[in-house]
Amino acid sequence: MNGVHDMGGMDGFGKVEPEPNEPMFHTEWEGRVLAMVRAMGAAGAFNIDTSRFYRETLPPDVYLSSSYYQKWLLGLEDMLIDKGYVAPADVAAGHAVEPAKPLKHGKFKRDDVERIMVRGKFGRAAPAPAKFRPGDRVRAKNMHPATHTRLPRYTRGHVGVVERNLGCNVFPDSAAMEAGENPQWLYTVVFDGSELWGPDADPTVKISIDAFEPYLEAV
Amino acid sequence: MTSHDHDHHHHDHDHSELSETELRVRALETILTEKGYVDPAALDAIIQAYETKIGPHNGAQVVAKAWSDPAFKRSLLEDASKAVSTLGHVSRVGDHLVAVENTPQRHNMVVCTLCSCYPWEMLGLPPVWYKAAPYRSRAVKDPRGVLADFGVSLPKQTEIRVWDSTAETRFLVLPMRPAGTDGWSEQQLAELVTRDSMIGTGFPKTPGAPS
Repeated sequence: MNGVHDMGGMDGFGKVEPEPNEPMFHTEWEGRVLAMVRAMGAAGAFNIDTSRFYRETLPPDVYLSSSYYQKWLLGLEDMLIDKGYVAPADVAAGHAVEPAKPLKHGKFKRDDVERIMVRGKFGRAAPAPAKFRPGDRVRAKNMHPATHTRLPRYTRGHVGVVERNLGCNVFPDSAAMEAGENPQWLYTVVFDGSELWGPDADPTVKISIDAFEPYLEAV
Repeated sequence: MTSHDHDHHHHDHDHSELSETELRVRALETILTEKGYVDPAALDAIIQAYETKIGPHNGAQVVAKAWSDPAFKRSLLEDASKAVSTLGHVSRVGDHLVAVENTPQRHNMVVCTLCSCYPWEMLGLPPVWYKAAPYRSRAVKDPRGVLADFGVSLPKQTEIRVWDSTAETRFLVLPMRPAGTDGWSEQQLAELVTRDSMIGTGFPKTPGAPS
């Protein structure tokens, strides 16, 4: 979706402000939110792409004015309500009033913690040979799906070069909509700064994205 | 999406004793616990794992080893997931880690313009600036300007390669080994490796300089 989360190349947000000696969490609740998102995801309530999509779907003014973990909280609440794990009546009451819905992987317990501290595997068997090879020139498609996609707007319509084949991976555009993993080839594609930002761009800058095959067309 | 009609306002008083957000987080945890979805002790354990097991010390060990051991450096650049998994003392990584090497000709910098993708196992949880709009918007368009915000400047002719983490690949920058460190142990070298030097928004510390 063409949401406000797709920030690459936008102006006006000001300077980057590093915080010296930044704590891992600025308040105690931030850690609780992170833990709830990880636990409910591991229990099978949603996948990582769906959780990203729900944060992207927050209204733009909310997205921009909320802190990072506030966005996680709002996205989590919306997602659990939409998927039927939490009822609006539960939220209104501040505790469980409606019956629970079974989770795909059951209750999240202490023994499950170690496994979630290792990243998931996203590589999958390839349903077809890769269309592109390192060195191929490709164009990022001029596409604007209203749902989740990982093709940033600033690259759409622009020509780059395939640098690396990263294997066949779960396709976020499908997984986010719970339409299956639909594995697709993934490539690192490199663009010249001037291709993306025009002739006045810094000539020493190159930008790469990791692009799934359905995002690309041969040039 | 049907649930956007519930409360989405936001206030900035997170520092009050019990902010609106804090109450909301507590209520949600109560609901998830009462419904039997999560064990609160498991949530405690997740937080503890993040606080103790992951962090830039993991990445620093990898970088220091790459500076000391040319064979390890080659395998790191070829397949970082595989190379890092051979080191028992750092946290386990997934399948999708890629290490990118800084050279006098090329400087690498990592961003996630779409959200906050970051090599957690190597660097810990990302800092707020990494997840915030100024960095995400400008890193791909004006990387030298962003580096200036960090007080970092590169020679004019140095190529800058910005890696936008748009899929599940995670990027670790292998910074250049500082001069004046001949004969240093891996442990001494690891002390010089900063988090930002592994994101590409900083350099390693210089030997002897005040930290």
